[in-house]
Amino acid sequence: MKKFFSLLLLLLATMIVAPMTFAQECDDEIGCVVLEDGDPISIATMLTISGNTAFLGEDSAGGVEIAVEQRDGELLGREIEIVEEDSGCSAEGGQAAAQRVASDEFIVGVIGTNCSSAATAALPILSEAGMILFSSSATSPSLTSVPDDGGVYEPGFYRTAHNDLFQGAIAAEFAIDELGASRLATIHDGSPYADGLQAVMADTFTEMGGEVIFQGAVNVGDTDMNPILTDIAAAVAASETDGPLVLYFPIFEPEGNFIAAQSLDVPGLEDAILFGADGILVESFPENTGQDAALGMYFSGPVVQGEAYEEFLALWDEEIGGVPPAGFHAHAYDAANILLDAVAEVAVEGDDGTLVIGRQALRDAITATEGYEGLTGTLTCSETGDCATGEALGVFQLTEAEFTEDAWPPPVVWLPGVGMVEMEME
Amino acid sequence: MNEKNSGISDLIPNVVRTGLLVGLVIVYVSVIGMVETFNERDVIRDWVTMGQLLIFMPAIVGGFLLTRRRLKAGSELGLTLLGGLVVGIISSVPVVLLVLVASWIDVGEIFVNVNRDLMEILTFDNDSPLLGALMTAGFITLAAIVGMLVMFIPERYRQALLTAVGVTLGVGVMAELVTLVLRQFVSRDFIDVFFRRDELKLNGALTVFGISLALSLLWSFYGATIRERYTTLPSRQQRNVERGGFTALGILLLVLPWILGAFLSNVTNSIGLYILMGLGLNIAIGLAGLLDLGYVTNFAVGAYVMGVLTSTGPLGVGEQLGIDFLNFWLVLPIAVLCAMFTGFIFAVPVLRMRGDYLAIATLGFGEIIGKLAVSDALSPIIGGAQGVLFIPSPMISIPFTDITLEFSDPQMLYYVILGACALALFVSIRLNNSRTGRQWMSIREDEDVAQAMGIDTARSKLLAFTLSAATGGLAGAIFAAQVDSVFPNSFRVLVSINVLSLIIVGGMGSVPGIVLGAVVLIGLPELLREFSEYRLLLYGILLVFMMTSRPEGFIPSRVHRRELKQDDPPDSPPAEDADSPTLNPA
Amino acid sequence: MNQNWIEDFSWVDLIINVLRVGIIVLVIVGSFNTLASGRFTGEQWLSLVVSGLAQGSIYALIALGYTLVYGILLMINFAHGEVYMAGAFTAYFLADYFNRTGFLNNYPLLAIPLLILFAGFISMMVAILLERVAYRPLRNSPRLVPLITAIGASFFLQYTFRGFYGSGFKSYPTIDILSGSIPGTNVPLNQVVVFIFALVLMLGLYWLVEHTRLGKAMRAVSEDKEVSSLMGIDIDRIIVLTFAIGGALAGAAGVINGLYRPQGVNFFMGFIPGIKAFTAAVLGGIGNIIGAMLGGLFLGVIEAVGPNLVLAGLGVPGANQLKDVIAFTMLVLVLIFRPQGILGERLAEKKA
Repeated sequence: MKKFFSLLLLLLATMIVAPMTFAQECDDEIGCVVLEDGDPISIATMLTISGNTAFLGEDSAGGVEIAVEQRDGELLGREIEIVEEDSGCSAEGGQAAAQRVASDEFIVGVIGTNCSSAATAALPILSEAGMILFSSSATSPSLTSVPDDGGVYEPGFYRTAHNDLFQGAIAAEFAIDELGASRLATIHDGSPYADGLQAVMADTFTEMGGEVIFQGAVNVGDTDMNPILTDIAAAVAASETDGPLVLYFPIFEPEGNFIAAQSLDVPGLEDAILFGADGILVESFPENTGQDAALGMYFSGPVVQGEAYEEFLALWDEEIGGVPPAGFHAHAYDAANILLDAVAEVAVEGDDGTLVIGRQALRDAITATEGYEGLTGTLTCSETGDCATGEALGVFQLTEAEFTEDAWPPPVVWLPGVGMVEMEME
Repeated sequence: MNEKNSGISDLIPNVVRTGLLVGLVIVYVSVIGMVETFNERDVIRDWVTMGQLLIFMPAIVGGFLLTRRRLKAGSELGLTLLGGLVVGIISSVPVVLLVLVASWIDVGEIFVNVNRDLMEILTFDNDSPLLGALMTAGFITLAAIVGMLVMFIPERYRQALLTAVGVTLGVGVMAELVTLVLRQFVSRDFIDVFFRRDELKLNGALTVFGISLALSLLWSFYGATIRERYTTLPSRQQRNVERGGFTALGILLLVLPWILGAFLSNVTNSIGLYILMGLGLNIAIGLAGLLDLGYVTNFAVGAYVMGVLTSTGPLGVGEQLGIDFLNFWLVLPIAVLCAMFTGFIFAVPVLRMRGDYLAIATLGFGEIIGKLAVSDALSPIIGGAQGVLFIPSPMISIPFTDITLEFSDPQMLYYVILGACALALFVSIRLNNSRTGRQWMSIREDEDVAQAMGIDTARSKLLAFTLSAATGGLAGAIFAAQVDSVFPNSFRVLVSINVLSLIIVGGMGSVPGIVLGAVVLIGLPELLREFSEYRLLLYGILLVFMMTSRPEGFIPSRVHRRELKQDDPPDSPPAEDADSPTLNPA
Repeated sequence: MNQNWIEDFSWVDLIINVLRVGIIVLVIVGSFNTLASGRFTGEQWLSLVVSGLAQGSIYALIALGYTLVYGILLMINFAHGEVYMAGAFTAYFLADYFNRTGFLNNYPLLAIPLLILFAGFISMMVAILLERVAYRPLRNSPRLVPLITAIGASFFLQYTFRGFYGSGFKSYPTIDILSGSIPGTNVPLNQVVVFIFALVLMLGLYWLVEHTRLGKAMRAVSEDKEVSSLMGIDIDRIIVLTFAIGGALAGAAGVINGLYRPQGVNFFMGFIPGIKAFTAAVLGGIGNIIGAMLGGLFLGVIEAVGPNLVLAGLGVPGANQLKDVIAFTMLVLVLIFRPQGILGERLAEKKA
């Protein structure tokens, strides 16, 4: 018994006295991640993996997985470990997941969150912990504007998702300049993403001389869109201007499918030009909606590059199976790659095999990202973390090939600053 | 199973059923993708992965249970042993079939998780699917035999062994949390001896196993003596021990966040908020028998009142009117009053409704509030889809000093929630024993009789709804300050369902039951965050399992327990086990 | 609390009446404004009503499952929406197969019933399993306990099917003969077909319950279990059959829904229709078969017509977002007038 106690005492003593020998090499102002020989490099994902927005999370998680897979799961000769957290699509979920990630000192950065509400709550915690929060689909303008401008930005936030301000504006520009639209009806689904996007679109549209005849919303989970479409038809009949009508619904599947498909049956909307955003710019959309309704429909979204993207989709089918369930996998893929590249850039290997990653240095390296050729176009990160500058956005149009030949993505028909793009026949 | 049926004729269906069940469970966890996902996580580093645990655990359990049942039934030893072997073989049949079918046709088109990775796991990366599947089958059979053999260890040692294995696996599975807590106290070098990052090492596993084995053996030898000695103590000393226990509990509660660290404190805070709501809803359901499925209403009202009144953003009332005295502490009672007011307003139209009509009406109120919160119609006031941002944390400036305590991180906020819970607990316990409380109970038992006895049922019900709303509002208000922002998607039906579940699981009408229910139902899913996509699946299984195995809840209230023993409601169906009659609260 | 005014029961009556009158006035003012503005044409109203009826008949089919189970076990089978999802989601794969082989559009009259049968079968199996594993052990426990089990089972089923088929969205194939509208009107043909399908199934159920031995046994069990078991009715068998019938109807509803609203097949698709159908069942008077049908249709129509009729006239922005608010307000209004639902006579005696 006595022996046991003295052993216990000894153990206690070592626990208390054991000095942090490795901390000396770190000279970063907000701390470092110090990995011993053989430790994996950890990044976390905080996505919405449960509930009715799970498809968003699965989509982004796949993007990250493929980015890691393409490096054979290794960086600087170390294994890359992905710590998965479910942040849900809510503020409290984001907060809880962030607390958990922040308590793990080995995590260098986080890919996530999907939803702006979760990001808003998670950001202060992760920023304080010196980590990176790199979002693939949180598009709310407030996330990248500083508190003085009414935003919630804090250092460490980056996103490859397009700020609603950019996407809404180019959508309006395209509608007016190229489609010659004079009337606009918008529908959102109560998500900050859709609501923000339609608001920017509507504002810009009005500024450019168009008339917004209807701004409405549906609920996530609605299946019968006839009432709101009838309401729009009535608004169309009541409006005094005439000229082409654009119906902009930057929402997700399946509500987006329902609106597109059911708009066929509503008299008065036969000539409406359907216009969606990157939330429904997904491979399953044409098939799910049907050719009658969706052929010729426009989408605003990131210009994904042909060959690399084909390769990505092939990898997806091989590694994960099927097709990506939403439109932000390429964003997540780019975010993961930028993060991992930055880690590789700033990590310093010591003689004893330890690896030191300065947290501020990592942020600086990501902020300095310029002209990065990603799947979602050329990325250049701004001071406040907007890595998608809007230049890589374009407008797509569904053609027959997407229905009959399973072609994806649809051809880009318009680029901001360039105008209509000639369709290349290959 | 009784003595008569211990022969071979009974053994065969028994064995086949157990074997098939085990096999189907293994196929199920494989097909839904759990095996593949969990295989990436080691329970004991380089030795056991969670995926392997998932495949072999059912077989071990199956072998164990079958053997236990057979031995209890007095079956022959040889037959029992044979049975264990056959269970193993039968239970691997579905798995082998799965592998063969999947290698033959492309099942992945439909069952997305049946893919190459899963096949690699199930065939031990063998080139020939048949050979690989047979290997897995062999291991499954082995596992069933192991399970069977465990049954032959003398009971006392078996108990200790099982406990130790359970604890070790538990620590292995929850290694990340364990290291999180340990990191508060001990150096990294020390942790590194037993854990590697968030995985348990072999020597860690052996240590945990050894210690828990020793402790449970000690308990099995001396536990009875200790318990006996305590019960034979003079009552005054017993009370002293109890008092000491309570003091220790109090101190523990006070220092808890500093033991747990930020993340677990955050979990504790969520539990605290749900305890608050549980206590509130308990007034309506547990005491007055009013099935309220729209409790989220009160939560939302509290949160939005707090958000809109204190926000420093453009939606903030203080900001708009140019006043700055609206802080957390001032708004807290306002939020509670507002919640009580809405509770009152919503209660009036449903006063005449009973049972499930009441349930659906209140569910409707919850939906109405949720839809209003996100609506464009109210967005100029409460932000619509974009929510209310910039909600400041509670602050206290200590008089005569420059110190300002800011309750922003979870560890500080814990105390606010602890205080609120203590208050709500006090009120609940007092209500439980009051005249009003007894009036509610009589309404719960029989509304018509209560009315005939001269109880003003309308007034009592209104009071129940209004009071029940108060703690919901309190929880909502604290929630707003905790998250710093309020978004409409926090106010889903799921909140109401969670609160209801924790009351029932804990034991209806019982205050300690609510606390325990909240710890289990809210705490566990938070801890299960790691299992991400299978979190709610596990939660669902947990709910079903707990309810079917312990329908009266963990800690049923004394009144309910008495009722369960005594009365036999008139319309209870012919009971298979007649000693658990219906209890009809509505 | 001031005892004088609150103890006065008529005061509560007053508030209820004020609420009642208030809601009715709002409805009338809103409707009047809308109709007076002539914003919508008669044809548009017709199309709204028809689409509401189609949606309502889906609610009604699911609601029947709730009502049947409730009638016999007095329990809310919260997982019933997931039973609907199970059939609809699984049958999608068969529908997709039929479509790819061309069978669906070549022999639609054969393929559609096959699909309905298949989905019904799957949902029936899920419902039977549910009863066996989750509910039977709780036959005699306090009433709220099965409710919690049902909630747990609901999670379990959702995430099981997500594990099986993934989290993406699928779409039923479109069927050529059902596309287009009824000649001379704007009413889409498929909505009418859906309504008829549902009506046939509901009448079939009604006949089963009212005119067969099995129906008689079911009614007897729902009246008094003890006596019926004394009369030689195998209660367990009746309960299983009730679950099976309710499940089969829900599965059928899944395919019928897919006929006119093909999109949105997903593991979460049952949750909201489940809640709506439960509402419909209560609205009609829970435990009453005709009531469930009426409740479903009423709810569907209210949801379709309500926002444009009432809220638009009151000048509420984003009216269609608030259709649930209308639906539930109407529910409360109906329950104020008739606390036992539209046809819920019998249950009032039993005291729910």
